[in-house]
Amino acid sequence: MIPLSYWLVLGALLFCISVAGIFINRKNVIVLLMAIELMLLSVNMNFIAFSRYLDDMAGQVFVFFILTVAAAEAAIGLAILVVLFRARSTINVAELDTLRG
Amino acid sequence: MITESLLLTIALAPLVGAIIAGLFGRQVGRAGAHTVTILGVAVSTALSLYVLKLIALDGHPDVNLSVYTWFEIGSIKAEVGFLVDPLTAVMMSVVTSVSLMVHIYTIGYMHEDPGYQRFFAYISLFTFSMLMLVMSNNFMQLFFGWEAVGLVSYLLIGFWYKRPTAIFANLKAFLVNRVGDFGFLLGIGLVLAYLGSLDYATVFQKAPELVGQTFNPWGTVEWAVPTLICLLLFVGAMGKSAQVPLHVWLPDSMEGPTPISALIHAATMVTAGIFMVARMSPLYELSEVALSTILVIGSITALFMGFIGIVQNDIKRVVAYSTLSQLGYMTVALGASAYSAAIFHLMTHAFFKALLFLGAGSVIIAMHHEQDLRRMGGLRKYMPITFATAWIGTLALMGFPGTSGFYSKDAILYAVGAADRPGATFAYVCLMIGVAVTAFYSFRMLYLAFHGQERFGHDDHGHGHDDHHGHDDHGHGHGDHKPHETPWVVTLPLILLAIPSLAIGYFTAGPLLFGDFFGSAIHLAEGREPLAAMAEHFGHGPLAFALHGFVTAPVWLALAGAGLATYIYLFNPALADKAKSALAPIHRLLERKYGFDELYQAVFAKGSVLLGRVFWRAGDQTVIDGLMVNGSAALVDRFAHAVRRLQSGFLYHYAFMMILGLIVIVGAFALLK
Amino acid sequence: MPIETILFFALSTVLVIAAGAVVTLRNPVHAAMCLVLTFFTSSMLWVLLRAEFLAIALVLVYVGAVMVLFLFVVMMLDINTTPLREGFARYLPVGLLIAAIMAAQMIAVLGTQHFGFDRYAAPAAVVEGSNTEALGRLLYTQYVYPFEIAAVILLVAIVAAIALTHRRREGVKTQDPGKQTMVTKAERLRVVKVGSESKEGRGA
Repeated sequence: MIPLSYWLVLGALLFCISVAGIFINRKNVIVLLMAIELMLLSVNMNFIAFSRYLDDMAGQVFVFFILTVAAAEAAIGLAILVVLFRARSTINVAELDTLRG
Repeated sequence: MITESLLLTIALAPLVGAIIAGLFGRQVGRAGAHTVTILGVAVSTALSLYVLKLIALDGHPDVNLSVYTWFEIGSIKAEVGFLVDPLTAVMMSVVTSVSLMVHIYTIGYMHEDPGYQRFFAYISLFTFSMLMLVMSNNFMQLFFGWEAVGLVSYLLIGFWYKRPTAIFANLKAFLVNRVGDFGFLLGIGLVLAYLGSLDYATVFQKAPELVGQTFNPWGTVEWAVPTLICLLLFVGAMGKSAQVPLHVWLPDSMEGPTPISALIHAATMVTAGIFMVARMSPLYELSEVALSTILVIGSITALFMGFIGIVQNDIKRVVAYSTLSQLGYMTVALGASAYSAAIFHLMTHAFFKALLFLGAGSVIIAMHHEQDLRRMGGLRKYMPITFATAWIGTLALMGFPGTSGFYSKDAILYAVGAADRPGATFAYVCLMIGVAVTAFYSFRMLYLAFHGQERFGHDDHGHGHDDHHGHDDHGHGHGDHKPHETPWVVTLPLILLAIPSLAIGYFTAGPLLFGDFFGSAIHLAEGREPLAAMAEHFGHGPLAFALHGFVTAPVWLALAGAGLATYIYLFNPALADKAKSALAPIHRLLERKYGFDELYQAVFAKGSVLLGRVFWRAGDQTVIDGLMVNGSAALVDRFAHAVRRLQSGFLYHYAFMMILGLIVIVGAFALLK
Repeated sequence: MPIETILFFALSTVLVIAAGAVVTLRNPVHAAMCLVLTFFTSSMLWVLLRAEFLAIALVLVYVGAVMVLFLFVVMMLDINTTPLREGFARYLPVGLLIAAIMAAQMIAVLGTQHFGFDRYAAPAAVVEGSNTEALGRLLYTQYVYPFEIAAVILLVAIVAAIALTHRRREGVKTQDPGKQTMVTKAERLRVVKVGSESKEGRGA
C-alpha cells in the first residue's frame, strides 16, 4: 500500500515544477497559464488524497469547485490574452510593465 | 424694582447707538450720529441713576442674575450676567454720567473732524464695554469687558490714524496692556483651577479655602495660592490702571482726541483696575503680601509720576501725569485695605479729572489745537467759563478743604497712616510729598495757561501750526489768532462736571466711607477698620471735617505746593529757568521720564524683535518650513523613491515574492515541527 | 509488490516527466500536448484514489475543453516564440534551485514521519457504493448553494470571455433586432397625396 505521504510528495513535486516553470518561462504568458493549471492540479491531488485517507467526500467536493473555478479562470485568462495580443501584438510579459512604480 | 430688562437696557442702549452711528453713519449723518448716541447714553445714565437711587436710598437688595449662558464645558460655565450692588451702582453712574458729558462735549470738540460718526460710535461702544465690565457677575464677562475697553482705547488713541505718533502710541498702549492682560488671564485661570468656578458669588464664598494652599510650578518652589492669584490679577490692574512699571502707555495715549482722554484715560477705563481690585476684595483680604505690593507700587506711582508732571509742557500731558499720580493714590488705598476710600476717590477723581481734561480740551480748541503751555498764558479774560471751571478742578485735585478731592484724598491718607502692613510708612511719606507735588504742578498748569503774559500770537506763523497740523482739523482761525470762549456744548459739560467736583464729596463722603453703604460688595478681614482714624474726626459732619482739614498736614502741604507755584509762575517767572538750570540732572531725568521708555524700547521692543527674528529663522524657516513641512514631504519623497523600485510592474517579480514568502513559512514550519 | 504500488510509481514518473516537459519545451503546442498528458496521467492516479467521477471530469473538462482552448489560442495567435525564450538558460539555475529548495522543504514536512501509516491508516481497499452517487448526494444537498454559485461563476466566465474577445467589425451589415422591433409607423409608412387620375391630368 502507498502511504499518504507519497501522494503529498507527488503533489509537492508537481507544485515545485510549476513554480520552476513560472520562473524559467517568465516571458511567455501561455506557459505561465499552463504552469498555473499545473499548480492547481497539484492542489487537487492533495485534496483527493486526503479525501481518500480521511474517508471524507468533502475533499472531492472541493476539487469539483476548484475545477470549475480553474476552467473559468482559464477561459477568462485566455480571453485577456487574446485581447492583449490584439492590442500590443505580443504576449511578452517583459513588455507588460504599465504597473511599474 | 431692578429687573433684567432694566439692566439690559442700561447696557445695550449705548451699543445700539454705537451700531447705528458706526455702521450707518453715512445714512444718519453727523447730527443723526450724535443724536442717537447721546440718546442711548442718556437713557443709560438716567436708568443708572435710578438704579443708584434704588440701591443707595431705597435699600433695594443686591441683584445677581444670569441673563444668558454662553457655553458650558463640563462644570465650567461662561455666562452673561449682572451683579448690581452698591459698588456696581456707583460705577455705573460715574461711567454713564461722565460718558454723557463727554458725548455732549464731543459735538463741540470734533465738529469739524471727518471721522465724526466714527468717533461717536467708538465712545458709545466704549460706554457699553465699560458697563459690561462693571456690571459683570463673573470673571469671563469681566475679562470680555476688560478686553473690549482695551480695544476701544486702542482704536481711539489711534483715532487720527494718519499720524505716526498716534499709531505708535496706540500700539504701545495695546502691547503694554497685553502684558497686564496676560497676568490677568493667568490669575483668572488660577481662580478657575483652584475654585472651579468663574462666578463671583461662588468664588468669593469659596475663597477662604485658598488659605494655606500652595502652588508648585516646578521643583520645590512653593507659592501661596491667594498671594499668587492676587498678584497676577493685580498685574492686570497695573496694565489697565497704568501703575509703575506698566504706566508708560498712558502719557502717550494723549495722542488721542481730548474727549477720550477725559473719558477713557482719566475717568473710567483706567480706573477699571481699581474697580477690579475692590471687587475682588474677598480675595485680596487673604493676602498680606499682595496688599503690601499694591501699597508700594501705588505709592511709587503716586509720587514719581507727579514729579514728571512738573516738567511737562504739553497741557494734556500734565493732566495725564496727574492722572497717573492719582491712580497711584487709589492703588495705595486698595493696598491699605481702604477699598471704599479707593472707590470714593475713583468717583471724585472721575469728575474733577474729566473736568480738567475737558477744560484742557476747551483751551486746546480755543488755541486752535495748540497744546504747548509755553505758548499760552493770560487766557482767563478770553474764556471765563473755562477758567472758572479749571480753577474748581484744580482745587479739587489738590484737595482744598471742602472740595470733593479733599474728602477722598484725606480718606486715603488717613487709611494709609493707620495701616500697619509692610510698606505703609513708605507709602505714607510718598503720598504726603505727593500732595505738595500735586498742588504744585496743578497750579503751574493753571498759571501757565490762564494767568501771566499772553505768549501766543508771536511766532505762530513760523512754528506752532506746522508742528501740529496733523491734528489741526480746524480750518478756521488762521487769520484770527485771538482765543475765544468755546461754544455751549463744550462749556455746558464743564459746568455740569464742576458741580460734582466741588460738592459731591461733601454729600457722599459720610455714607460712602463710614456708612455700611457698600455692604457685602466690599469684604474686609475680621477686625480691619482702615478708616477708623478718620471716622473720629468725621463724627461732626463734613463741614467740620473740612474746617479741621486746615489744621492737618496734607492741606498745608498742598497749600505750600500751590504757594510755591504761585510765587514762581505768577510773580517770578525767571526763577523757573534758574531752578531748571540749577537742578539740571534731575530735570533731565524727569524730562526723560526716568528712562522707562528708552529702557523698554531697548530691552523689550528690541529684544522681542531679536527674539522674533531668531524664532523666524530657527523656528519657522528651519524647523517648521525646513524640517516639518518640506522635511516630511522630502521624507515621503525619498521613501517613495526607494520603495518604487519594488514595484517593477512585472508579474513574475510579484510571484517570486509570494514564493519566497511561502518558502520562509514552510521552512519555519519544517524547522519548528 | 502489489499492482497498485507499481501503477502509482509508474504513473507518477510519467506525471513528473510530463509536467517537467510542460515548463521546459520550446514549442507551446508541444507544451500544451504535454499538459494534456499530465492531466491524463493524474486522472488515472485519481482513479487509484477511488475518485472516479473527478477523474472522468478532469479528462472531459480539461483535456476535452480547456486544453482545446489552449491549443486553439496558441495556434490562432501567430506568436513568435523566440523572444519569449530569452533568458531561459539564465533563469534555469535559479528556478531549479528554488524548486529544489521547496521540494526539499516540502518533502521534509510531508515525509512519512508525519504522514505515514502510523498517522493515517491505509483506507479500505474496496469502497462501497458509487463514487458519483456519493458526490452527487453531497453536491445537491449540503453544498447546493456553493454549487449554484459555481454555476453562476461559469456563466460569468463565459459572458466575460465573449465580451472581452468580441470585436465589432466595420462595414459588416447585420440585423439589429432591437431596432427592428422599436420601429414605428411614422418611420416606415409615408402617405402621399396623389391627385385622381383625370383625363386632363394625364394629358398634362
